[in-house]
Amino acid sequence: MKYTKSTCVPLNIENVDTDQIIPARFLKATTKEGFGDNLFRDWRYDKQDQPIADFVLNQDTYKGEILVAGKNFGCGSSREHAAWSIDDYGFKIVVSSFFADIFKGNALNNGLLPLVVSEEFLAELFADIEADPSTTLEVDLESQTAWITGKEDNKQSFEIDDYKKMCLINGYDDIDYLLSLKENIAKYEQDRVYAFNV
Amino acid sequence: MSNNKPRTLFDKVWDNHVVQRKEGFPDVLYIDTHFIHEVTSPQAFNGLRNRGIQLARVDQTWGTADHNVPTKDQHLPIKEALSRHQVETLTKNCDEFGVKLYGLGHPFQGIVHVIGPELGVTQPGKTIVCGDSHTSTHGAFGSIAFGIGTSQVEQVMSSQCTLQNKPKAMRIVVDGELQDGVGAKDIVLYVISKLSASGGTGYFVEFAGSAIQNLSMEGRMTVCNMSIEMGARGGIIAPDQTTFDYLEGREFAPKGEKWEESLAYWKSLPTDEGATFDAEFVYDAADIAPMVTYGTNPGMGVGVDKSVPTPESESDKKALEYMGLKEGEALIGKPIDYVFIGSCTNARIEDLRAVADFVKGKKKADGVNVWIVPGSKQVEKQAIAEGLDQVYAEAGFELREPGCSACLGMNEDKVPEGMYCISTSNRNFEGRQGPGARTLLASPLTAAAAAVKGHIVDVREELTTA
Repeated sequence: MKYTKSTCVPLNIENVDTDQIIPARFLKATTKEGFGDNLFRDWRYDKQDQPIADFVLNQDTYKGEILVAGKNFGCGSSREHAAWSIDDYGFKIVVSSFFADIFKGNALNNGLLPLVVSEEFLAELFADIEADPSTTLEVDLESQTAWITGKEDNKQSFEIDDYKKMCLINGYDDIDYLLSLKENIAKYEQDRVYAFNV
Repeated sequence: MSNNKPRTLFDKVWDNHVVQRKEGFPDVLYIDTHFIHEVTSPQAFNGLRNRGIQLARVDQTWGTADHNVPTKDQHLPIKEALSRHQVETLTKNCDEFGVKLYGLGHPFQGIVHVIGPELGVTQPGKTIVCGDSHTSTHGAFGSIAFGIGTSQVEQVMSSQCTLQNKPKAMRIVVDGELQDGVGAKDIVLYVISKLSASGGTGYFVEFAGSAIQNLSMEGRMTVCNMSIEMGARGGIIAPDQTTFDYLEGREFAPKGEKWEESLAYWKSLPTDEGATFDAEFVYDAADIAPMVTYGTNPGMGVGVDKSVPTPESESDKKALEYMGLKEGEALIGKPIDYVFIGSCTNARIEDLRAVADFVKGKKKADGVNVWIVPGSKQVEKQAIAEGLDQVYAEAGFELREPGCSACLGMNEDKVPEGMYCISTSNRNFEGRQGPGARTLLASPLTAAAAAVKGHIVDVREELTTA
C-alpha cells in the first residue's frame, strides 16, 4: 500500500466501539476469514436478518475502500476481529480524527491503515461526501499525506511510525522481525534487573 | 537505566523490560506473563503451526476458558456448537503446545483477570499481557498490564516480546474519604465520566491518592480494570503493604528467600518523589456519589441522584434513544428487569460479600431476574464456604457458575431486547449484553439495592434507613 485513491463510505458516528464493529456472538470462529459478513452486524441487519435500508453499508450510493468515521473509532474490546472484519469487507483505510489505541495497533498489524486527520478535515470530508458521494480521497503513504481530490491545496499530513510505514509498504511481518532478535531476547533474559519466580 | 532522574512506577517497570529501543521503531518489550483464553488465541496458535514453531516461553503462559462458558451445568458439554468448538480448540491447542490450562472442571478455572491475581501469578513489577482489553486489571499490583490483539498474542507466543510504542504517563489522584455506600466502582465510573471514554487514550494511568491507597486489592483491581474504558492502555497502582499481604502465601507467589528478594524489589518500584507526568488530574473522594451510567459508553455516567443530562451531540441523542431515556429524567425510580453481578470488574469475593451483607434478610423485587456470577471456581467455593449461597437463595438471587457470563453476550447468558439490566460489568455499549439489551453500569452495592427495590435507588439512603 503506497498510494490509494477511492470513494468513501461515511459513518458519521462518534465512539464506534468494537462491539458494534463485530458483536461478541460472532467471535467464535477459530480462523481469520469471513468476518466481513458480520461487520456492523446489528446496525446493518434487523432481527430477521434483513438489511436495514438506512445503514450506510446497505446504500448503493456509497462504495469504496475507505471508511470514514467519527472520532474515537474502535474503542472498547481488544478483539482483533474488528480489524479483520473491516479488512475482510474490503476496506483498506479507516479515516477518523481519533482512534482507540488497541484498535489502531490491530489495524496496522493487518495492513489496514488507521488514518488520523484533524477534526476540521474530517468535517469537510463528511460534508463533501454527503454533497457528492463520488468524492474521492487520495492517500499517499510515502509522503504521509491525504487530500480530497480537487483540493490538493489542503493536504493533511498524518503520523505513522517509520517501522509501521515500512511494514505497510513492503508487507513485512512483526513476527519475522521479532524472531530475528532471538539473541537479543536471550541476552535480555540473562541480564534483566529482576527475574520472577513464575 | 540507573540515573538520578526521578522516575515513575510506570517508567521503572517499562524500562526494565525494554529488550531493544531504536529511533523510529516501537520498543521491543519483554513480557513476563502471558494469559490466554479461547476467543483471541486460536488464530495465533494457527500462526505458530504455519511457521512450524513452538511457544518461546511456555512456562510463562497460562490459559483458561471464560468468555464462552455457560454458567449453569458446567459439568455437561457446552450446548452451543460454536462455543463448544472454540473451548475445545483451546484445550487441543494447549495440549499440543504444552500450555498450562485451567479449563472447565479445573479448580482454578475462572475469568482470566480474576484467576491471575488470586493465584499469585500477577505480581508487582511484571509485564503482563492477554488478548483481552481488561488485562488492565492486573495493574492494581504495580505491574504493567494491557490488552493486545491476536497478532500480538502471536508475537508474544513466538518471541515472548511484543512491539509497543511507549505510552505517555498520566496520574489520577483521588484524595480523601469516600462516603458510605460509595466504593471502587463508583470512583472509576466517576473518573471516566469526568475524562470521557477517550480521555485517557495514548496514556498509561497511575492511580494514586489516599482514597486509592485505602482500597483493598480487589477494589484496586476494579479501578484498574476500567482504566481501558477511558481509552487508557492500562492503569497502575503502587505496590504497598496491602499488595504484599494479599500476595503472601498464594499458590504461585514467591516463597521463602525468593519472597524476601521479591519484596525488596517490589518496594523499589513506587514513583519517585519529583517524577513528572504528561498529564495529571486530582479529585476529591467526598464529591463522589454512587454512580450509574445512562448512555452507551462508560463515560456517560452520573451520580445516581442526578437526572439524565442534555445530549451534546448526535451520538449522545442516539445513545438516549437506544436506552429509552429522556433528557432531564430522574434515574432514581427507573424500573429494572435484570441485575447482573459479575465480570472481571466485580466478581471477586469482596463484591459477593458486599452484596450478601446488603441483601441479608431482604428479598428481590417481583419480576426482577438477579444473576450472581462468581469470577472463578475459587471465589465460588469461598462464597459457599461462607454461606453466601444461602443468603442469595433466601433473597431470590441466583448464584451461577464462573465465567464472563452476561458481561458480553457471547455465551448463553444474555439480557433480552429492550430490557434494562443494572450491571456490575464494564461496558454499556449497544447490544453488549445481548442484541437490544440496555445496560446501566453500577457498583455491586447499587446493583443489589436495585434488585431489592426493583428500580434504581440511592444506596446511601438504603444504608442509613437500615
